[in-house]
Amino acid sequence: MSLDYDTLTFIWFVLLGVLLCGYAILDGFDLGVGMLHPFLARNDTERRLVMNSIGPLWDGNEVWLVTFGGALFAAFPVAYATVFSSFYTAFFLLLTCLIGRAVSLEFRSKVHSARWRSVWDVGFFLSSTTAALLLGVAAGNILQGMELGPKYRYFGSLSSQLGWFPLLVGLLTVSLFAMHGAIYLYLKTDGTLQQRVRRAFVPLFLTFASLYLIVSVATWIRAPHSLDNLVRHPWLWIVPILNLLAVLNVPRAMHLGRPGYAFFSSSMVILALGSLFSTAMFPYLMRSTFDSAYGITLQNARSSEGTLGTMLIIAAIGFPCVLSYTIAIYWVFRGKVKLDSSSY
Amino acid sequence: MDVEILSRLQFAGTIMFHYLFPPLSIGLGLQLFLCELMAFRKGDLAWEAAARFWTRIFAVNFGMGVASGIVMEFEFGTNWAAYSRFVGDVFGSALAAEGIFAFFLESGFLAILVFGWDRVGPRTHLISTLMVFLGSVFSAVWIVVANSWQQTPAGYRIVWHDVQGEMMPRAEVTDFWAMVFNPSSVDRLSHTVIGALVLGAFFVTSVSSYYLLGGRHQEVARRCLSIALPSALLFSLLAAATGHASAQKLVHTQPAKLAAMEAHFETTDEPTGLYLFGWPDAEAKTVRFGVRIPKLLSLLVWNDPNRPVPGLDRIPPNERPPIWLPFQTFHLMVAMGTLMIGVAGLALFMRLRGGLERRRWLLKLLIPMPLAAMIANQAGWITAEVGRQPWIVYPSVQQGVEMMGLRTSDGLSESVTAEQVLGSIILFAIIYALLFAVWLFVLDRKLRHGPETPEELREHKRRIARSGIGGLLADQGSVRGGMLEERN
Repeated sequence: MSLDYDTLTFIWFVLLGVLLCGYAILDGFDLGVGMLHPFLARNDTERRLVMNSIGPLWDGNEVWLVTFGGALFAAFPVAYATVFSSFYTAFFLLLTCLIGRAVSLEFRSKVHSARWRSVWDVGFFLSSTTAALLLGVAAGNILQGMELGPKYRYFGSLSSQLGWFPLLVGLLTVSLFAMHGAIYLYLKTDGTLQQRVRRAFVPLFLTFASLYLIVSVATWIRAPHSLDNLVRHPWLWIVPILNLLAVLNVPRAMHLGRPGYAFFSSSMVILALGSLFSTAMFPYLMRSTFDSAYGITLQNARSSEGTLGTMLIIAAIGFPCVLSYTIAIYWVFRGKVKLDSSSY
Repeated sequence: MDVEILSRLQFAGTIMFHYLFPPLSIGLGLQLFLCELMAFRKGDLAWEAAARFWTRIFAVNFGMGVASGIVMEFEFGTNWAAYSRFVGDVFGSALAAEGIFAFFLESGFLAILVFGWDRVGPRTHLISTLMVFLGSVFSAVWIVVANSWQQTPAGYRIVWHDVQGEMMPRAEVTDFWAMVFNPSSVDRLSHTVIGALVLGAFFVTSVSSYYLLGGRHQEVARRCLSIALPSALLFSLLAAATGHASAQKLVHTQPAKLAAMEAHFETTDEPTGLYLFGWPDAEAKTVRFGVRIPKLLSLLVWNDPNRPVPGLDRIPPNERPPIWLPFQTFHLMVAMGTLMIGVAGLALFMRLRGGLERRRWLLKLLIPMPLAAMIANQAGWITAEVGRQPWIVYPSVQQGVEMMGLRTSDGLSESVTAEQVLGSIILFAIIYALLFAVWLFVLDRKLRHGPETPEELREHKRRIARSGIGGLLADQGSVRGGMLEERN
C-alpha cells in the first residue's frame, strides 16, 4: 500500500468519524431507551420489555466508544491525551454514568423486590440521560473552542465547560437520542406499550426539531469559524442540506407507517450531524480560544506514517469481521422483544 | 499528596478492581466451553444444565468487567497525558487492536451466549461460546503486549518533534512485529493467561465442592469437578513453569526488578541465596527475620548454583524500584501458587482413588481456593508494576543505540490538579465499593440457587418446543418458583 502521509491522516480522520457516528447511532438508541423507560413503561413487565429491547445489544454498542478511544490514542495520540485530560472531571462523570447503566441493566431483574428494582430503574434513567447530556456538552465545547494554551496545556475547568452553548448542544443530544430511542422502541414493542410510544413520538420530534433550529443559529453566533469550510468549499453545503432532509424524513416515514425507514432516517440524522461536526472542525481536532496556533490539528496530533499504515491494515482486517458479526447478532435478536428464561 | 502519587494510586486502584473480573471471565469461559462441548457431544442434559448455570455466573462477572474496563481505556488520556503523547504511536495501536479484534468479538457473541440458549441451535451456540472465550484471550494478548512493551520496549526509535518551539521526544514504531513480540511478551502473556485459567478452574472446583458438601446438584457438580479439578492442577503447574521462565528473563531485561523481588541488595562473589520470607529494610540494606536458602537464587536464575546474581548495588540509586512491596507480593504469589498445586494435587489424587467426597475437610479446603488464585493474580501484577518503577517506559538499547526511557513522574497530565484526581478517586472508591457489594450479593444468590436439574431443563425445552420462545411469556406465571423465569 502506498498512500502518502497526508492521505493516511485524512483516512484516519474519516475512520474516527465513522467510529464516533457508529457509537452515536448505536448507543444513541439505547441511551434514548434509558431516558424514556420511566415514562413509557407502566408496570414491571413493560419495564423489563423496554430493558430487554436493548438487553443483548447495549454492551456491543458501547464497544464502539471504547474502540473510538483506542483508535484516537493510536492515530492522534496528542488529541487523545489533551481531550481526555481537559475534560477530566466531566469525563469521570460520564464514566460513572456508563458504569451505572451497565450495572442497572445487569442487576435490576436479579432480585424480586419492588424497591430493589425501582432503585435500579432510577439509576438507569439518570445515567442514560446524564451520559447523553455530557457527550453533547463535550461536543459543544470542542465546537466552540477551548482554553488551550502553549504545549497543549488546558487552562479551563469543569465550570468553564458548562457555558450556555455546550449545554444547548447537550440538550440537543438528549432530545435526539430520546427520539431515536423512541423509534427503536416502536419497532421492538407491540400492543398498548407500542401505542404509548407512538403518542410520545410527535412531542419528542418537535422538541428535537426546535432545539435543532436553535443550535444551528447558536452555532452561527458562538462558533462562526464552523462555517469556514462551507465558505471555502461551497459544495460542502450538501452536508447541511442532507441533514435537513434526513430530519424532515423522520416524521414523514413515521406518518407513512414505516418505522424501519424512520429509524434509518434518524440514524442518518446522527450520521449527518456527525459529518457536519467534522466539516466544521477540519483540520482541527481541538481549537484554542487563545491563539489558533495552540490548536490541535490533524498534522500536529497524528502518529507516525508507519503506525497509521499498520493501523489501516488492522482496520481493514478487523472492520469487515466486526460488521459481519454485528449484523449477524442484530439478525438473531430481530423482531419484537419477548421475555424468556435468559432475559434481564 | 501530589498529582503523581494520587494518579498512581488511582491507576493501581482502578486496574486492581478491574482485574478482579477479566481473569474469571477468561478462566470460567474455558470451563463453560468445556461443559458445553461435553453437552454437545454426549447430548447430556446435566452437562447442559452446568453450561447454562456457568453462563449466568459468567454474564454477571462479564458485566462488571465491561463496566470497570471502560475506565481503563481512557485513563491513560485523563491522568497520563504526557505518557500518552510519548507512547501513543506504539501503545495506542495495541489498544486499538484490542478494541477491533477482541472487544467486538466478545461483546457480540456474548449476546448469543447469554440470551441465545433458546434462540439458536446448539452448534451455533457452542461456536459463540468459543468466540467469547477467544475474544477474552485476544483482549489479554493485546493488553499484555502493550504492558510488556513498557517493560521491555522493542521495535521502535525515539523521534524529536518541534512543539511550538520546544523539542519533545516520542517513541515511534519501526518494526510492528518486533514491538508485538518484544522480549517479555510471550512469557508474560502465557503466565497471565494461565493465571486466569487457574482462577476459573478453582472457581468451578470451589462451587462444585460447595454443592457436594450440601448434597445438592450432585449430578452437575460431579461432572464439573471431573474437568475442573484436573485442569486446576495442570494450570497451577503451568503457572509455576511460565513464572519461572519469566523470572529467568528478568535478570537480563529488568535486573532491578529481580533484585527488588528477592531483596538482593549487595552483589558478592559468592553464590546467591534465596529468602523464603522476611522483612526487607531498604535503609539498612538487609532482610530482617528472613530465612534464606543458600545458592538457591543462583540455581533458579542461572541454572548454576555457584554463579552470583547481580544485586541492587549495580543499579544507580535513582533508578531503583521500591523493595518491600515487590518482595512481599512476589513471595505471596509464590506461596499461593505452591498452596494451589498442593491442594489441587491432593484433591485429584483422592478423587482418582474415589475418596474425595468422603473427605469433607478436603471439600471444605477447596471452597476458599479461588481466593488464593485471585490473590496470586493481583500480587503478581503488583510485583510486575511496582518493580517497573521509577520507569513508566523502560530505557533500552535498540541495535546498539541507547533509547531513553520515560519516568513515571514525567508521564502525568500537565493540566490536571491534585484536587481533581482526589475527587475522582473518592467518587470511584464509592462507586466501586457499592458495585462490589452488589456483585457479591448477586453472585451469592446465584450460587445458592444453583443450576437447574436435568428434569427441569427437559421440561423447559419441552415447553419451548411446544409454544416457541414467546410461549414462555404466557406461561411465566406457571413457571415453578421463578426457576427459569429470570436468569436466576
